[in-house]
Amino acid sequence: MFEATSLNRRNRQVEWLFKVLFLLMTVILVIPVIIILTVLVVKGHGVVSWAFLTTMPTDGMTAGGILPALVGTIWLVAVALVASVPLGVAAAIYLSEYAPDNWLTRVINLAIINLAGVPSIVHALFGLGAFVLFFRFGTSILAASLTLAIMTLPVVIVATRESLQAVPRAFREACWNMGATRWQTIRRVVLPNAISGILTGIILEVSRTAGETAPIMFTGAAFFFPFLPQGVFDQTMAMSLHLYVISTQVPGVPEALPYGVALVLISMVLVMNALSIGFRVYLRGKKKW
Amino acid sequence: MPSDVSLPTPPPSPSARRGRPASVRHGNLHRRDLAWYQDKAVAAFVFVGGISAIVFILGIFVFITKEGMGFIVHTMDVKEFFTSPAWRPTFERNPTYGALALIVGTASVTGLAMVVSVPFSLGAAVFIGEFAQGKLRETLKILVELLAAIPSVVWGFIGLSIMSPLIIRLFDQPVGLNVLNAGIILGLMAAPIMTTIAEDALKAVPDSYREAAEAMGATRWQVIVKVVFPAAKNGLLGAVLLGVGRGFGETMAVLMATGHAINLPTSVFDSVRALTATIAAELGEAPYGSDHYQALFTLGILLFVVTFVINLTADLVVRGVRKGR
Repeated sequence: MFEATSLNRRNRQVEWLFKVLFLLMTVILVIPVIIILTVLVVKGHGVVSWAFLTTMPTDGMTAGGILPALVGTIWLVAVALVASVPLGVAAAIYLSEYAPDNWLTRVINLAIINLAGVPSIVHALFGLGAFVLFFRFGTSILAASLTLAIMTLPVVIVATRESLQAVPRAFREACWNMGATRWQTIRRVVLPNAISGILTGIILEVSRTAGETAPIMFTGAAFFFPFLPQGVFDQTMAMSLHLYVISTQVPGVPEALPYGVALVLISMVLVMNALSIGFRVYLRGKKKW
Repeated sequence: MPSDVSLPTPPPSPSARRGRPASVRHGNLHRRDLAWYQDKAVAAFVFVGGISAIVFILGIFVFITKEGMGFIVHTMDVKEFFTSPAWRPTFERNPTYGALALIVGTASVTGLAMVVSVPFSLGAAVFIGEFAQGKLRETLKILVELLAAIPSVVWGFIGLSIMSPLIIRLFDQPVGLNVLNAGIILGLMAAPIMTTIAEDALKAVPDSYREAAEAMGATRWQVIVKVVFPAAKNGLLGAVLLGVGRGFGETMAVLMATGHAINLPTSVFDSVRALTATIAAELGEAPYGSDHYQALFTLGILLFVVTFVINLTADLVVRGVRKGR
């Protein structure tokens, strides 16, 4: 049939070369993930045990477990979710279902992008100035969680907006034509069809919130506070800050201990991420439209 | 469905019409009035949610300005702030607030991170977006996402405990916490956002462009270089800008991996100190309301303004490419 000319062959060689080059680049980019996880597991698994997770730190944090940090992180994430999920979902509903295409909507979108882009330490300064000092919450779980909530708000908004907009317009039109109000349509048709996408976004937010350190440093997380928090006005330890403290601030920590803490922290985060990714893959397979 | 499709406003529902005859408002149709009020209440609530993002971004600006303003007005010597590398806020007599070393520190680490990360991120975006298919593509995307999921404090710990000994051994250096260490860490941290946005930009190029070029006999690679890159260049630029913003604002990893020494670096093996890290390290010790405390908030204002400009530019650049088509 057709004989490949030398030009054809050269072009194909060039293409193959670049394909391999880019594959290598991609692999070099993702290989650190695998190396990091391996190192953390190898060096940290000896430390992690049931007792490690359920006892208090002792000897100036050079021995013992991480219970208060673990519980503290759960508190911080839970309170942050209570604050950010309703607000974020409301914002997404507004942007997806109500917002006209005008300057205000554009400014809102810009604000969301910037909220996601403001450095975490600036969020910390804001949390200190606003929640700790101005609203007089003191350094507390409440102040830290609200700071985290504002910081991760864009995650919820973007994920929710995307899953709302993935619901076909025909679904809404059918409902409007039955005489339903806008809210009835959203409540009965749009939200049930988008709920799994929204959950995916919330899980992702949990994983982001659990790993953040800078925003909670001055707003509610303590270096060392060997009690379980009793309410939202208590200070608390947190996993992320605990890792920072024992790997840089405390002398005489056994080498394996920070690896153990890092392993627990990253496991929490990755389990959440895996859930979110698995959920999304499952949903894509299930989608009927 | 593309995410930026704006849904049309539904026609006002019958119940929303107020001028109806009184007879309609009673009896069976009474339920509609309740629904009407509910509808209005929800509309008001979600509107509040929508503008909350604006309120928060303004709130951030107002509160950090409020805390930092005293320093800017009374103490700050603008020339010293931007040209002197002497950041000595805790000196008893004559403290100086020169942020040059911090600005250079942040810039050098971010710069190196971009040198390391931009080619790889864009390369990965091209491979994932244009070459990879099926299972391989999904796996690579998930791995890139996992890269984004690693918390910054864990990255810092990796810089401290894995990278640093490695640099000491490989390059025979006395210290392993330096620009090189933080630059590589930061590059890896900024890579996922660049890869994702760049891949979106490549995906936004219509398939008809590719098909037209392929019909002319172009190979895959020729299509990418001659057609896809020129069409997606604004999106790719936006991706790089967002990566810069990400690196610029990173705190914990930079705090732990740079060595945190005030220094104008002359090589990648010098320790430096970043703007963000300075705030994180010193705010705990600065007495409330002192010059030092306010100076740290001033650094915060600087960070806020710079990232705001970067993000705004990135958004305009990316949106420009979408509008143009």
